[in-house]
Amino acid sequence: MRASSPPLAATPVQPVTSLAVVARRAEAVVLPLGALLVGFAVFSLFLLVQGKSPTEFFALVYRGGFGTGFSWQNTLSRTAPLLLAALCVALPARLGLVVIGGEGAIVLGGVGAGFAGVVLSGAPAAVALPLMLGFAMAIGALWIGAVGALRHFRGVNETIASLLMAYIAIALMNHLVEGPLRDPASLNKPSTAPLDDALRVGNLPGWDVHWGLAFGVICCVLAWVLIDKTTWGFAARIAGGNVRAAQVQGLPVGKLILGFTALGGAFAGMAGFFEVAAVHGSANASLAGGYGYTGILIAFLARHNPLAIIPVAILLAGFEASSGLVQRRMDLPDATVLVLQGFVFMAILISETLYGRFKIFAPERWGTP
Amino acid sequence: MDTDLGLWVIPLAILGGAIRVSTPFLFVSLGEALTERSGRINLGLEGTLVFGAMSGYALAYLTGSPWLGVLAAALCGALFGLLHGVICSLPRVNDIAVGIAMMILGLGLAFYFGKPFVQPVAPDLPAISFGGWSDMPQIRAALEVNVLFLIGAVLAVGLWWLLRATRIGLIIRVVGDSTDAARAMGLRPAMIRTCTTAVGGAFAGVGGAYLSLYYPGSWNEGISSGQGLMAVALVIFARWNPLACFGAALLFGGAGALGPTLQSVGISEGYYLFFAAPYVLTLGVLIATSSPTRAMTGAPAELSITK
Repeated sequence: MRASSPPLAATPVQPVTSLAVVARRAEAVVLPLGALLVGFAVFSLFLLVQGKSPTEFFALVYRGGFGTGFSWQNTLSRTAPLLLAALCVALPARLGLVVIGGEGAIVLGGVGAGFAGVVLSGAPAAVALPLMLGFAMAIGALWIGAVGALRHFRGVNETIASLLMAYIAIALMNHLVEGPLRDPASLNKPSTAPLDDALRVGNLPGWDVHWGLAFGVICCVLAWVLIDKTTWGFAARIAGGNVRAAQVQGLPVGKLILGFTALGGAFAGMAGFFEVAAVHGSANASLAGGYGYTGILIAFLARHNPLAIIPVAILLAGFEASSGLVQRRMDLPDATVLVLQGFVFMAILISETLYGRFKIFAPERWGTP
Repeated sequence: MDTDLGLWVIPLAILGGAIRVSTPFLFVSLGEALTERSGRINLGLEGTLVFGAMSGYALAYLTGSPWLGVLAAALCGALFGLLHGVICSLPRVNDIAVGIAMMILGLGLAFYFGKPFVQPVAPDLPAISFGGWSDMPQIRAALEVNVLFLIGAVLAVGLWWLLRATRIGLIIRVVGDSTDAARAMGLRPAMIRTCTTAVGGAFAGVGGAYLSLYYPGSWNEGISSGQGLMAVALVIFARWNPLACFGAALLFGGAGALGPTLQSVGISEGYYLFFAAPYVLTLGVLIATSSPTRAMTGAPAELSITK
């Protein structure tokens, strides 16, 4: 009987009950959420020790980030670059690479968009905007793709290289906006020349939030499709799990590394484009606003799942949007958000050790023998 | 006198700058070398460095003694290292990711607690002048050497000897090269790695205290721009050898002094590009010393970045 049946059907696959699937998925949701709460709890203790009220803190965060239409607008405007910055971490992470220099691609993408906008001044928006966006994404793709190339061809550690390149990118931006690309009219804050009004990206119809949010969400969905529903994504996940096995299988590991890092960089470059074309109106030092670094935390909290990045990015954007209000009302330094992020980050990494430790999440318990 | 030196001012100033700028690199890289020799990497030393700068400055200001500041910075650094070490001892926790989180946490806590200390002036660490024989002010300035630099030089030799010739050094190297062999010998790898990370953190804290208490000699949020991270890359370049760390730190210090030196002689064109010289040098060195096929010579076999 064995010989007659095709090899794959030789061992009948046990039907997996839906409860078992639910249990496994629940673990992936409950543990990060629990870690988030533990991070908040530690931060609350931190505030209590100094005689500050955690209740007041979180109430103010709610008011400043999610309480009113205006605060939602502020939160969602900050969400756009965070979504794209987190993708720049999450995509390479699927291959097992820890790329943390997305800030560099954001900054240079923004300078590229600002420069292209000056060159294309007077051109119709339908031509100029796609060109600006494409230029910013190409620069970002080259910048982070170079990190992937160094990793693949030279074995250079991508974490250190990408962060070094972020510092280099910021120095390059300062050089460009204070030197060759400087608008002589920008006295206090050296900037590139302001974009034509026609080349500014406007708001989503009916919303007070610029188009970057829609692009960011679409990119997250596309990245999820790429990772979860295509063979490239499947190959990348195999390579991320075990490079040797992937190579033995003949998977194009090098192409995957270059492609995923370049794509992540292109997303970060897109974030730079929207910061310039929708928020600042010209490229200047405001581009290095730390979105790239917050994106690292978002990607880790979302466990590098592009769809999960969307709610996590909104949450963290809310914290950043409310930081001004919290500072004024509670007399806290502006680094408070950074401390909170640090605690949450530590909690989420410690939670990695708990996967598979809780019997309630074990699929065997819910069906399959 | 000034004009007699001509362009010699530049190499002289770079030499002096190298000695001044290299000290934090030296301490961080020695600490990181020790940690990495035991098979762990702590990327969070940038945060430790900045927190050391803040705590050292704060305590020196409050007590009036810069040396108490250095001690406080070392203690805080050790605590940060201990935290990193304990967390990384848990199964399935990635030491590189924990390092990134520690970097964010260290920077956040330093800026948070350091805000009241941005304005006050704390006492400086003392320096020893080796330039008394010369009456040229540039040479005197270049040979004004801080005590911590000398301590760092002694530490480099001491650490080299410790790793090479002592029982403790052998234990650290065994743990770094094979967890299984260490276990078979009855050693406890996780505990030993936690200890080396704590000591490495203390070194990085001292490096931070040097930043705020001597050069540049004040506390602000921009006090370190990646020195802690560059020092981690420098350890790879130095092949995990403390003596080579000393030379590499001087080289990186020289690169770091390039921008300010050129600016001081009136070359301001491309200032930001010269400012980027240390990062470019670090990246270049990483590219030149890495290899896609073979493990790096001298690398501890259990180190996650070289596996």
